[in-house]
Amino acid sequence: MEPSNEDYKLIPGWGMDADPENEPTYPMKKYTGDDHNRIHYERSDQQPELVEILRSNERPAITRVFGTSVPPSGFSGMIRRYAFQHSEDRYRHWIPLILADRINMLEGLIEDFKKGQIPNIIKERGLAVEWKHNRAGLIRKAVAVTLASLVLVSLFKRKK
Amino acid sequence: MLAMNYRGPYRVRAVQKPVPEILHPEDAIIRVTRTCICGSDLHLYHGMVPDTRVGSTFGHEFTGIVEEIGPLVQKLKIGDQVLVPFNIACGKCNFCKQGLFGNCHESNPMATAVGGIFGYSHTAGGFDGGQAEYVRVPYADVGPTVIPAEMDPDDAVLLTDVVPTGYQAAEMGGIKEGDTVVIFGAGPIGIMAARCAWFFGPSRVIIIDHIDYRLEFAKNYAKCEAYNFKEMEDPVVFLKKTTDWYGADVCIDCVGCEAEGNTLQTFSGRVTLLQAGAATALQWAINSVKKGGIVSVVGVYGPPFNLVPFGNIVNKGITIRANQTSVKRLLPKLIDHVMSGRLDPKGLITHRIPLEEVSEAYRLFSSKLDNCIKTVLIPSAKH
Repeated sequence: MEPSNEDYKLIPGWGMDADPENEPTYPMKKYTGDDHNRIHYERSDQQPELVEILRSNERPAITRVFGTSVPPSGFSGMIRRYAFQHSEDRYRHWIPLILADRINMLEGLIEDFKKGQIPNIIKERGLAVEWKHNRAGLIRKAVAVTLASLVLVSLFKRKK
Repeated sequence: MLAMNYRGPYRVRAVQKPVPEILHPEDAIIRVTRTCICGSDLHLYHGMVPDTRVGSTFGHEFTGIVEEIGPLVQKLKIGDQVLVPFNIACGKCNFCKQGLFGNCHESNPMATAVGGIFGYSHTAGGFDGGQAEYVRVPYADVGPTVIPAEMDPDDAVLLTDVVPTGYQAAEMGGIKEGDTVVIFGAGPIGIMAARCAWFFGPSRVIIIDHIDYRLEFAKNYAKCEAYNFKEMEDPVVFLKKTTDWYGADVCIDCVGCEAEGNTLQTFSGRVTLLQAGAATALQWAINSVKKGGIVSVVGVYGPPFNLVPFGNIVNKGITIRANQTSVKRLLPKLIDHVMSGRLDPKGLITHRIPLEEVSEAYRLFSSKLDNCIKTVLIPSAKH
């Protein structure tokens, strides 16, 4: 049973060795005791929720401000919505989010094509600068990737 | 406006996006004048941070000019030149009130373990970042700080993250006079941590990395000893030996989740993502520090977990100190260090690149080409 009121202060020796200077988080944290007020503190106004915001289930309400950059959408959005049903402690939260990121990359390519825009992968990967400063390394990487791809293709054909 | 745009791992481009709007009465819109690519942006660029959505704009190190303010903003006025701490802080929650501005409880609904950070995935709040011509800055009365008139703008932009993070890394080490401090990682943060460590009075500062040009830079910039771990059989044994087989007093991890040097860590953390990146530097820090020593961590690790020798933490009685940097708390002291000439942040900058060439800038930094230490993106030629 939890002690009622401040009965715990009656426990012999209660608090007698407390040392306010012994604060291992100092100077990162200037301890004020406000932690014991938990989430009861003065807050700013609430930012209106104009787009879908996924939120951690480890807090009761949305924060007073939040980013609105890329609301969840498409198949990756469905996976993200599933992920946010689980706490930050669970694999079921993080692994679906990583999966959603990879699917989102494919969705980005499809979106480009839909707009009639062919993504310039060479430009986006900044390969010009690699060519300028690390030509031999880039060629080595290209040869390695080509060889690995050929090995995979031949293995796949053999299995068939 | 022109903005950096993430398209998937190792793919970014500059695109036109709408100029951000005021969404909250305490918001400001900032016209960006300088913005950096941070080493931690590379974790996003490499696809290591969960919930990094295609279409996001990165960038948490930036300065700019106040273009528009919300009705409740009182401390800024239009036209002010400001530097903006990378973390978004309300200034009112219990964490902010206790100086933990990097742990604000009112800026990130998507995770409780981290506060809001500009341009750092939806795990850090889903805010667009400053690698753009304009950026929305929430809680504008709390974070943004007016740049002193005499301050070089290149110094100012490095006060948004690199300098405070390097300083806090050293501060968390609890360095005592005469201590030996070992820093893992000779990137911009590691170099700055090595430089700032001297403020606390150690007798030796040692930096460990595997990239020779960065070690050479660190040696000159931070006046420290610099060693390449690829030239030694075992960095832990090397550090024990160089400390009279005792262990360093303080070890600082400035690498985070993309460390090299341990095959098992690399395979499980970077190749297969079975853990949240390779914790090699943290492992070395734990094993190189003396019994009862302090390990300070500012390297970025993603969720959910990493493999570290926790038994050694217990058996050696190590104190681990770590946090996102409380930029706002440290700014007054660091502005003083810079203005008095004790610190030279802009000395870290090796490349200045127009925002239009953001793809090349990321590649340059990611592949460590052309002796790159720190890259600044310039959104418009007129700045």
